[in-house]
Amino acid sequence: MIIAERKPFAEIKAMLAPYKKILIVGCGTCVAVCLAGGEKEVGLLASQLKLALGVEDKHLEIGEITVERQCDLEFLRPLCDFTADYEAIVSMACGAGVQFLNQLCSLHPVFPAVNTTFIGVNNEVGYYTEACRACHNCYLGITGGICPVTMCPKGLLNGPCGGMVNGRCEVDPEKECAWCRIYHRLELEGRLDNLREILPLHPHDRTTTPGTVIHPAYKRRYGLNE
Amino acid sequence: MNFTPKILAYVCTYCTYTAADMAGSARMQYPATVRIIKYLCTGRIDIIHILKGFEAGADAIMVSGCEAGSCHFLEGNLRARERVEYTKQLLDEIGLSGRLEMFEIAASDAPKWVAAVKEMTQRVEALGPNPLRRGKHLHPDAVEQLENMVQP
Ligand code: SF4
Ligand code: SF4
Repeated sequence: MIIAERKPFAEIKAMLAPYKKILIVGCGTCVAVCLAGGEKEVGLLASQLKLALGVEDKHLEIGEITVERQCDLEFLRPLCDFTADYEAIVSMACGAGVQFLNQLCSLHPVFPAVNTTFIGVNNEVGYYTEACRACHNCYLGITGGICPVTMCPKGLLNGPCGGMVNGRCEVDPEKECAWCRIYHRLELEGRLDNLREILPLHPHDRTTTPGTVIHPAYKRRYGLNE
Repeated sequence: MNFTPKILAYVCTYCTYTAADMAGSARMQYPATVRIIKYLCTGRIDIIHILKGFEAGADAIMVSGCEAGSCHFLEGNLRARERVEYTKQLLDEIGLSGRLEMFEIAASDAPKWVAAVKEMTQRVEALGPNPLRRGKHLHPDAVEQLENMVQP
């Protein structure tokens, strides 16, 4: 899932300084799981804003709403009726959600309340680690289910660099070298032969942004039949 | 500054509530500055409950649960401590530092309850009233609202 972190309060408060009536929109999916922008966090941010402005004897009217997924038009569209009354919108979703909301509510400034950090896993409550860089060409089948693109800070595809010391990564000796892990995992599975194959250059041309994916079943619908 | 502090105490029924009850039965004297909100476990206390308490105008909030290792629900008090620590950061960000504290008061420890209330009262006297209160009393419905929020 997408991992995000709440922006520092001062930054959010400064962005909202010109407005008197705002709507905070949470997202009930990834950012809710990583405790950055779900329904609860919308409530906390609203309360924090009310308190901070109350301390300064100012007033800000705040609406709160959380949709299931901000990156999905199906859930976002019903919001349209809701936003008209507000001067500005704060989105607590990842950057994708913020931009989709911004596209939809074209008459209002939309501000992000979180910093979108990475695609990762929820190890335990409050503890997330990066797992995939969405590289467009997954190698996990060859590399024993351990991602060389993400877990190796250099993203090396054909074995470790020369800096690996006793199985530790030279970039961060706290961490195991990803290629060491890959080797041991393949050894365990009896698949060390995998490593004899030299992987070709990563298709960086495919990673040009912004990417588009059209599911084969829908090519006709989007006029891409050939 | 001459004012009567209004402190909300979010307490666990198994320990601090009993201690406070005992302090009353034993006629121990302590400032009448505290309003108690009883939880079945401090693990039920949500960060938003604390922020809403300040919105309602509380000068300070004390959270008090069982001593580490003796929670009836194993680790409710440990979770409460994590949340209180995080809430302190949220309060620092908005200029309400020093108004929230977590205590561990066992059911038999009435004197510790008395000391905790005295400590928080002194602290609030030094800090002055919650700026949101502006000389007014706690919002009359505030405690009731909070109690409603706490009931399932
Ligand atoms: S907007 Fe989409 S990707 Fe982003 S947090 Fe919500 S569900 Fe996840
Ligand atoms: S190789 Fe790594 S970065 Fe690429 S898709 Fe697979 S897990 Fe993601």
